[in-house]
Amino acid sequence: MTEAKKYNAPVTNPESAPFWEAAKQGKFLIKRCTACGEPHYFPRSICPFCFSDKTVWEESSGEATVYTYSLMRKSPTGPYAIAYVTLREGPSLQTNIVDCDLDKIRIGQKVKVVWKPTDGAPLPFFTVA
Amino acid sequence: MLALETPAENELTIKGKAYIAGIYEHPTRHAPDKSTAQLHAEVAKGAIEDAGLTKDDIDGYFLAGDAPGGLWPMVDYLGLKVRHVDSTETGGCSYLIHLGHAAQAIAAGKCSIALVTLAGKPRTGVMPPRAAGAEADFESAYGATTHNAYGMCAMRHMHDYGTTSEQLAWIKVAASHHAQYNPHAMLKEVVTVEDVLNSPMISDPLHRMDCCVVTDGGGAMIVTTPEIAKSLKKPLVRLIGHGEAIKGPRGGKDLDLTYSAGVWSGPRAFEEAGVTPKDIKYASIYDSFTITVLMQLEDLGFCKKGEGGKFVADGNLISGVGKLPFNTDGGGLCSNHPVNRGGMTKILEAVRQLRGEAHPKVQVPNCDLAIAHGTGGLLGVRHAASTCILERV
Repeated sequence: MTEAKKYNAPVTNPESAPFWEAAKQGKFLIKRCTACGEPHYFPRSICPFCFSDKTVWEESSGEATVYTYSLMRKSPTGPYAIAYVTLREGPSLQTNIVDCDLDKIRIGQKVKVVWKPTDGAPLPFFTVA
Repeated sequence: MLALETPAENELTIKGKAYIAGIYEHPTRHAPDKSTAQLHAEVAKGAIEDAGLTKDDIDGYFLAGDAPGGLWPMVDYLGLKVRHVDSTETGGCSYLIHLGHAAQAIAAGKCSIALVTLAGKPRTGVMPPRAAGAEADFESAYGATTHNAYGMCAMRHMHDYGTTSEQLAWIKVAASHHAQYNPHAMLKEVVTVEDVLNSPMISDPLHRMDCCVVTDGGGAMIVTTPEIAKSLKKPLVRLIGHGEAIKGPRGGKDLDLTYSAGVWSGPRAFEEAGVTPKDIKYASIYDSFTITVLMQLEDLGFCKKGEGGKFVADGNLISGVGKLPFNTDGGGLCSNHPVNRGGMTKILEAVRQLRGEAHPKVQVPNCDLAIAHGTGGLLGVRHAASTCILERV
């Protein structure tokens, strides 16, 4: 096994800062629009569906299912699994499936959020639930 | 005043208002001894000479992210004096969008002879980094590459529709049958379905032979008015329909990676042209990966969603064998994918087919209607699509 992969700290900006502050507490936030009711990810200040600015932060369960994945075998840091997972709250997002047998990943599998450290805020990944 | 050729030409449309009068594809696939700007100049010169024009005739210039420095440096470097410019950047399909935008500019009188260039050297030079989007902090750690982003599309397509690796392999097989006749093709060897399946897995479920080549090189075209095109010596090829669209995860709602922005760009182009997929004699379809072709054929309406696997199997894309001859130059899968951008070469082979200048072994008889379609960006993440319907007059 190769040593733990190092990840760059998120740059962050005024729009995304609350997400990264919550990440430091282990909380995975999404945004929900109080005008149309739709949740979305990654977080925006203006709803990408109805364009209302009445969006609020909401803590996600961090529980998701694998929508699709691909195991990248040609990588200098070793194979890794990119995936889209669909959160219990609705939004799908891009991530890596980590800390599990990559050959056993399947569409529809249940996964949960895990955090990986950086020099700044930690980054969200998903692993088998 | 020339008589208008169809009623549509009198309406708000680009139909029939712009002709492709010059084309050139750089023969190189490996250019350690040339600069990127030099390759742009060489393909520009080739297309201008093919049209029978001179550099000083050019009054519009279109380029994308592959051109070093963008418009100011390139216009100056080439010694152009232009009155219309456009640097729309949508990755590999930029040049298909440029063709549509050139037609708009020509129809509006903003220019009369437009040059579009693509060139670069991913094999022997440094590729410029892409600027970060708003999503960067939320995605850049996950290592999305072309291979695994398209792999995710293929994985889900297989899950939802039962598409198989064997079916995808047929797309590469068809491309290889065409490439054997192209002296400039990077890969000229005819391959079998078994060869594709036995090639190393790169990013599940895509094997090495599901992936396009990486090549140095480029291409260019000249787009002009009907009057000027008719004053030149080349067979007349005109744009009669164009569409463009962009798709992304859009906040993660109802994610579906089994279709592309081609579901929007295609119908727009067909409607403007007044033709249907059944009328198409030859198809240039973006082939960064085999799955790209399969999804585009479905999205453009050549078959129903989910039936692309059956459609491409058993040589249906091989010229002279199947119902829809595609990428008769060998495409990106075997011949050329300059600067990791296949949009220009898709147009160039479609024009060769319409001119009757394709290799005799792959020339489609009486080819008077063709489609050139491409995507740009990452099909599994964010991408653009553009569709051009071309007609021989």
